[in-house]
Amino acid sequence: MLYAILCYNSEALVGAWTKEQDDAVMAHHHGIEGKLAALGKLGPVVRLMPTTTATTLRDGHDTLVFDGPFAETKEQLLGFYVLDCASLDDAIEAARPLFVDGGALEIRPILYFNPGNPAK
Amino acid sequence: MAWIDAALTSARPQAMAALLRYFRNLDTAEEAFQEACLRALQRWPQNGPPRDPAAWLILVGRNAALDEVRQRKHHVELPEDDALISDLDDTETALAERLDSSHYRDDVLRLLFICCHPDLPTTQQIALALRVVSGLSVKEIARAFLVSEAAMEQRITRAKRRIAAANVPFETPGAVDRAVRLAAVAAMIYLLFNEGYSASGGEEHVRVALCEEAIRLARLLLRLFQSECEIMGLTALLLLQHARARARLDAEGAIVLLDNQDRSLWNRELIAEGLALIDKALRHRQPGPYQLQAAIAGVHAHAARPEDTDWSEIDQIYAVLETLQPSPVVTLNRAVAVSKVHGAEAALAMIEPLAQPLAGYFHFFGVKGAFLMQLGRNDEARVAFHQAIALANTAAEAAHIRSHLDRLMKDSAARNNAKSSA
Repeated sequence: MLYAILCYNSEALVGAWTKEQDDAVMAHHHGIEGKLAALGKLGPVVRLMPTTTATTLRDGHDTLVFDGPFAETKEQLLGFYVLDCASLDDAIEAARPLFVDGGALEIRPILYFNPGNPAK
Repeated sequence: MAWIDAALTSARPQAMAALLRYFRNLDTAEEAFQEACLRALQRWPQNGPPRDPAAWLILVGRNAALDEVRQRKHHVELPEDDALISDLDDTETALAERLDSSHYRDDVLRLLFICCHPDLPTTQQIALALRVVSGLSVKEIARAFLVSEAAMEQRITRAKRRIAAANVPFETPGAVDRAVRLAAVAAMIYLLFNEGYSASGGEEHVRVALCEEAIRLARLLLRLFQSECEIMGLTALLLLQHARARARLDAEGAIVLLDNQDRSLWNRELIAEGLALIDKALRHRQPGPYQLQAAIAGVHAHAARPEDTDWSEIDQIYAVLETLQPSPVVTLNRAVAVSKVHGAEAALAMIEPLAQPLAGYFHFFGVKGAFLMQLGRNDEARVAFHQAIALANTAAEAAHIRSHLDRLMKDSAARNNAKSSA
């Protein structure tokens, strides 16, 4: 079974880390990535940019595009795509066809990406 | 205790903002916050951090300050709603929810705005923001500004007194007032960054800390005002400038110009975030000075080598900036782009009318000298460089110009040798 693990913390707090603290956190994660990769357990690992870089699309009569992260609590996180796009406009166009019946899509640039190599 | 420091630092703007709304006095709010931090340092190591550190600090700080007032007045009856706040865990959730409502945005904006009140000179604005919002110690701020601790203490006290007299209203601001406040706060954050960036003396790690603090405040402001494209532009600008920090000074502390910087030292993560924000801002099609300056920095960031720089793009962005915010300094900067696209002759003609308004400006003479040197007018270049040195603000600036003069000297020596051997 493939599992996704989603990481949450206060962005203000993470933003208050010193460079050394941030580096230490990343080193901790890289260590775990190495171990999991050696076990053939590692799929893609991503560090997202801050929510200030996010853009959200809302399904409706016309798709609404607004700045900022997805903030409603009535919907739940159901899945995600990782796309390689030339610009935010490209990413928005690539995301539009994903809507089927309502919901929202948050587009967030990726800061760090390790594709991983899970064993079959 | 590093995690407690980070938690207190990150909660500070929100907690201070709420305490200020409650007490309507900067000193009381600060004392209340200090007291709450002391208690946090006692309790958090044993009990672990609360789920919402800001809410915890606001409640504890508020109660501590009220106790203080009560003790001074001797036995005042407890107001009923304060009696309820004795059990923190129950009220924490409710309070956190109230904090999330829209006035928390305006609280933080007010706190920032108070620090950059137009009555205050800019150095006081920055000092006050660093003290009140960022929570830097007076000693740290004094070091950043190269003044004694006592002088800085006095400066901050004076600033607070002026603010108290200025009576900033505590009502929720209207749309126009909010825009005015945002613009003032953005300008203050930009100044704070420049204080760290312009290297007008001081230890390097102190200056880097100022830049990082400015970026933290810009991100905070943008989190509160998600769709303000000028705040996106400001944040992007600071990120893109700061990304080059490690390449800007050489081992001796001398300035390394963009053309000569080792681009492998540029911080790619900051650049990526800055570019993402510009991308987002430009979709609004409401260009402003911060966005345009960020876009220019973005063009530089895109170039893997100096010769890959799209100077005509930079020239065009400066042209828009000139119409939006006409200033001799903008024209001077544009002339540098023009010299790359159309040559030094055209650029020199462009800066001629600036001689009067920029008569006391170091960079004007540095740029003028560089154009003249490119045209082989070495004697005139030498005059311009000497004028620049006389106006240099830092040893690094003067040293940089002196390196041009050295080149001119070697150049003419080489020519004289060539002549005598001919």
